[in-house]
Parts: sequence; structure tokens; C-alpha cells
Amino acid sequence: MNDAVKPPTRVGLFVTCLVDLMRPSVGFAAVKLLEQAGCKVVVPSQTCCGQPAYNSGDRATAKAIARQTIAAFEGCDYVVAPSGSCAGMLAAHYPELFADEPDMAVKANAFAAKCHELVSFLVDRLGVEKVSARYEGAVAYHDSCSGLREMGVKSQPRKLLESVEGLRLVEMKDAEVCCGFGGAFAVKYGELSDAIVSQKSAAVAASGADTLLAGDLGCLMNIAGKMQREGRAVKVRHVAEVLAGLTDDPPIGEGAKGAKP
Amino acid sequence: MTVAVSTPRFKANVHEALHDERLQRALRHSDNFVARRASAVERLPEFDALRDSARAIKDHTLAHLDLYLEAYERKVSESGGNVHYARDAAEANAIVLGLCRERGAKAVTKGKSMISEEIGLNAALEAAGIEAIETDLGEYIIQLRGETPSHIIAPAIHVSRDDVEADFRRAHRDLPATRDLSQPEQLLGEARAILRDKFLSADVGITGANFLVAETGSSIIVTNEGNGDLTQILPRVHVVVASLEKIVPTLADAAQLLRVLARSATGQDMSVYTTLSTGPRRPGDVDGPEEYHVVLLDNGRSAMLGSEFEDMLRCIRCGACMNHCPVYHAIGGHAYGWVYPGPMGAVLTPSLIGVAEGGQLPNASTFCGRCEEVCPMRIPLPKMMRHWREREFERHLSPIAVRSGLGVWAFFAKRPALYRLSTDLMMRAMHLIGRARGRFSWLPFVGGWTRYRDLTAPQGATFQSRWRARSGSVQ
Repeated sequence: MNDAVKPPTRVGLFVTCLVDLMRPSVGFAAVKLLEQAGCKVVVPSQTCCGQPAYNSGDRATAKAIARQTIAAFEGCDYVVAPSGSCAGMLAAHYPELFADEPDMAVKANAFAAKCHELVSFLVDRLGVEKVSARYEGAVAYHDSCSGLREMGVKSQPRKLLESVEGLRLVEMKDAEVCCGFGGAFAVKYGELSDAIVSQKSAAVAASGADTLLAGDLGCLMNIAGKMQREGRAVKVRHVAEVLAGLTDDPPIGEGAKGAKP
Repeated sequence: MTVAVSTPRFKANVHEALHDERLQRALRHSDNFVARRASAVERLPEFDALRDSARAIKDHTLAHLDLYLEAYERKVSESGGNVHYARDAAEANAIVLGLCRERGAKAVTKGKSMISEEIGLNAALEAAGIEAIETDLGEYIIQLRGETPSHIIAPAIHVSRDDVEADFRRAHRDLPATRDLSQPEQLLGEARAILRDKFLSADVGITGANFLVAETGSSIIVTNEGNGDLTQILPRVHVVVASLEKIVPTLADAAQLLRVLARSATGQDMSVYTTLSTGPRRPGDVDGPEEYHVVLLDNGRSAMLGSEFEDMLRCIRCGACMNHCPVYHAIGGHAYGWVYPGPMGAVLTPSLIGVAEGGQLPNASTFCGRCEEVCPMRIPLPKMMRHWREREFERHLSPIAVRSGLGVWAFFAKRPALYRLSTDLMMRAMHLIGRARGRFSWLPFVGGWTRYRDLTAPQGATFQSRWRARSGSVQ
């Protein structure tokens, strides 16, 4: 798809609560990539997409947050999130939430139609073919579940990563298998989640990659946390950081350079 | 309820399963279903179109289930068979026991049937002094072991070859202790020889059904061992136990569904045997039973019609969802604690035994969506698990800690200004504590995380706070 939109397109960045709170550098990487592609980026006041409530069965809270989010991004041509999971919530599940409220359903459908995951937006909507970034290393890419299955993110990040100078892409076994994060699942069913992420950690290690990338911070924190607990020396980053060439901050879960652990 | 339920202690089951080295070894070797299915799908370009038509067939059938059940019953009667309706497990068992007793049956052979597992038929038969002999190799093995199936199409997937050899040596005591059982073929040969006698001496043969065809009154079973055929042809009486959603309108519909069934299950184009039974032996038939009975089980299914769980009734029991499930793959089937494991079990179990007892299962999912991706009937399994979570939440069945945590989070998430200020302060504080190492090995309230993994420390001020500082205004 290459029906490129005429810049400057007004893109609302749905930064996602995890990036907002835990790793702002991913947000700035997203902004840089969008601006490089000619977009005007705005950041409306926001909290969370509502998934924790939605997936815990609390529909009322999920709806309240969805209403708030839809209103906040009203003036944007597109809404872009550096996460397949949150983008999937906005694009696939908001319409489902309001299926029984005709007035809101119209709004939710219109909103959903303009929501995208960052990397697929760059490639599929904006027609970005390559990035100007440099990263030395052998990189494995983990296909986060919602990005892959709800938003169709698979080839786009690999395509852009191949254009990063110095970067060598390796495929790990079972890249499409879940890492065991699942939001609250990781805490509620910690032992089960651990068993699943242990498999992922082993697959990353076996791939020979020195860096693991993905498009969702939740999965990344899960995998990084496990690999670090196991003492494996693989750097873990959000794919946007590498694509934007913003890798000065330490990798996920690593201390500041020079600081003693 | 005749089948033991350990679903409420799911977490303890998980713990045991993860520490069961034999089970873990077996699970690691059960990977090839995934590759086989993928290759079968690749060989059939119209597979996704077939899934659509399979789904449409079942949706249509469910929308008119009453009509098709009547039509089916009429056809079964016309062909000389009998249909018995059973509201629940107890009724179904009573019907089967009645049929056996009236005919003075001492021994019954059984083809593989998950419905017979659901109603606990073997226990009911044994309690009545009737010997029940499982004839599917996997079922035979777990029957020797006193276990239940851990997978709906590969019931003994958790058992290793060594275990089977030990079980056979223990059970088949009249055979020479020095015999060689080191090869799978030898185990198979021994089971075959023993079962051959059982087939010939059984008074009643009980099978399940993959499909019940309204057009002809036929029941269809698919097997790879041919044991189902011997079970239903050799004894004097054939009893089919099946649940009512197995109905399909026509033979052509059944053929469509067969095209997706084996490919999704084992990656075969077709199972080795696809066997149709229509009524008892007719004059001039060279073989077949003298009597043909169908026990049609409801057991909570009709209540699913018209509910948000109706789509689950499309399930054709291929097992693809569990073969592709990271949770099933980690713990195997027994940990789920009732009859049906994996994603289909996580949806079906609360429907059939109640969400109060089965509620753990739909919660124990990452919503990775791989089950829905491979389901030949396009059943939205994650969506229905979420519906169960909604039912739990409405009925205040979710744990207090989850509800109160969610409440606090929701309070802030619904107030953006307050959220921005408080999260900014909190992240700055956490950054100061965790910045040197970049992560935490322990933090309060998230023990479920930090017990197994380190937790990334935040980078400091939040993105929204930095963005505002950078752009100097709110957009």
C-alpha cells in the first residue's frame, strides 16, 4: 500500500502508558521518525488505552477511558502508537466496546480507522522505504502478538531494520510465539508467565543475536527482565529507538553508563 | 458432576506441571503438530476459504438447531435406530447403563470419545460392574494408568514411550516378562493383540461422533487406528454418545468440515478412517450391529445458544488451539483441571461447569490470539475468554487484590491531569532509586513479576512531562 498522505499530516502520538512512564526515549524516537517522514506530531493529554480494565472484565472503566481517548484525539488525521497492543486496542477493540451504543459506535469506528501501529504506519501509510540510522549488531526481532495478529505487523519492521547501517538481522526460532507477558497475566500468573518467557529467552540466546528488538514495551520489559535475571548479556530495545538512531540511553533494564550496579 | 474438577486450584496444578520433569520432557517433544498443520495449510491454497464456509455451515446449523435435531432424529428412526436425549451427564450415563443392563452386557468396547470423558462414563460403567475397554491406543494407555486425556485428540501426549512399556509390563502380566518392547511397533502390536480379543467378546460398542448428519441420520467418526470401526461393527449393540452441536445438515456439509478437521488437527489431508454409521445392520448386510442407539447430550450447551458463547458451539474438536497455545505448551492438559484443556477448554469449561469453578481458565491467557488465528471454525476464543472475565467482574468473583488494584489505577487513568502529575513524580522517584542498575530485583505489589524477572526502572520524568517542557504548551 502506498497511498501516501500529503504532508504535513497531523499525527496524534498515542504514546502508551508504558512508554510514557517507563521509557520516554521510545516516544521521542517515534516523534523523530514521524517528523522525518513529514508529519506534524501532536501529543494530546492522555493516560492509557484502557486495556488493563478491558482485559480484566471491567467494561465500564474501559469505556470511560476509551471515550476520553477518542475525544482527546479528535483533531488528528491519524493516531499512531509505538505499540501493536495499544494500537490494536484503539483500532480493533474500541469499536467492539461500543457495539451496543450506536452513537458512540460511529465515533469509535471513525477513530479506529485512523489508528495505526508506528512502524506499519511509516511503511504502509507513509511509504517509508528506509531510515537513516546506524546500529552495530546482530539483531533479532520478536513479533509481539497483537501487533502481528491484530495490526498485521510482520514485514514492515524487518524491512526498515534492513536499511539500518551496520545492523545484521537474524531470525530466532518461534519469533511469532508469545513471550508470556499478557499485561496483568504476568503478575497474576507469574509462574506460568515465567515458564513462557523462559522459552523466549532461550530462543533469543540461541539465535546468536546481541540485541533483541520488538514493537511493544510490555513484551520487551518481560523479555529483558528474564534475560537479565538469567544473566544473559543481550541488549533489549524498542525497534523505534534503533530505527530513529536514538540509542544513547542505556538498553531496557540497563543502568546508566559508568554507573555501578 | 461425575468427573473430578481441580480447576479452582489451577495455580497449584500449574506449579506441579512445571516441576514435573517427565511431563515437561513430553511437552517439549510434542511440537510437530504446529509444523504439520502449517504444511497441510500451505498445500491447500483454498484453506482459508474453506474455513469461511465451515464457519457458515455451523452458524447456519446452530441458528436452526431445533429443526435439524428433529430431522436427524427422524432419519435415525427411519433407519431403525433410536435417539435418546440426555439433559446432563447423569441422564446420559443412566441411558447408556440402562441399554447395557437390559441386554445383560458384561463388557463394552469404546472408541475415543470426549463426551464419554465429559460424562464420566467409564466410572459409571465400572460402578455397575460392566467392564469398559478403551480401544484407541492413547485412551487404552491412559486407562491403564488411571488417568484422563491430557489432549482432546492425543489423549496420552503426556506419556513417554518408556512409561507405556512400564504400564504394559504391569498390566499384561500373562505375557512373558522377557519379551522385547523397546520399539513403538512392538507396543502397538501387543495392544492390538490384546484388544482383538476384547473387540470380539464385547456386548456393546460405544463410540463418539465427529458429526451427526441430519440429511441421512448418520454418525461419522474419524480415526487413525480403525479401532472405532471394530468397536461399532462387531458388538451386537452400537451406542453413539455425542453432544447436540455435532449436527450438520447434509453429507456435503460434513465433507466440507472434514476438509478442515484433519488438516487443523494432525496436518493430515484426511484421517486414515472416516466411517459413517446409519442405523443397525439391514437385511443382507454382511456385518454391523443389531441395534443402533444415539445418546444426544446437552449438558449446558443449549444454554449457550443465543449467548455470547454461542460461537463456541462451532468447535469441531481438532485441538489446533491447544497445539498452538503457549499456556498449554507450558503445562499440558491435566493442569486445566477438568475435561477440556487449552483455549477451547478455557471457554467451554466455565460454560459447562460454571464460572465460579472454571473461572481460572479464561483468566490464564495472555490473549496472544494464536488460537483464533489457527481455529478452522474461526472461533473468537480470546474474545470469549474476555467475556468470561466480564461475567466474573460483574458477579464480583475476581480476586479482591485485582479489583482494588484496578480501582486505584482506574481512578487515575480517568483523570488525565492528576495522572500526569502523579505518574511524573512517581517515575522520577523510582528512577532515582533504580537508575544505577537500571532495574529492580524486588518491588512491593509486583512480587508475581519480580519473583521471576527483574523489573525495568523508569528513565525519570515521564514522556508527557518532557514533551510539555519541550514544546512549552499543551496541544
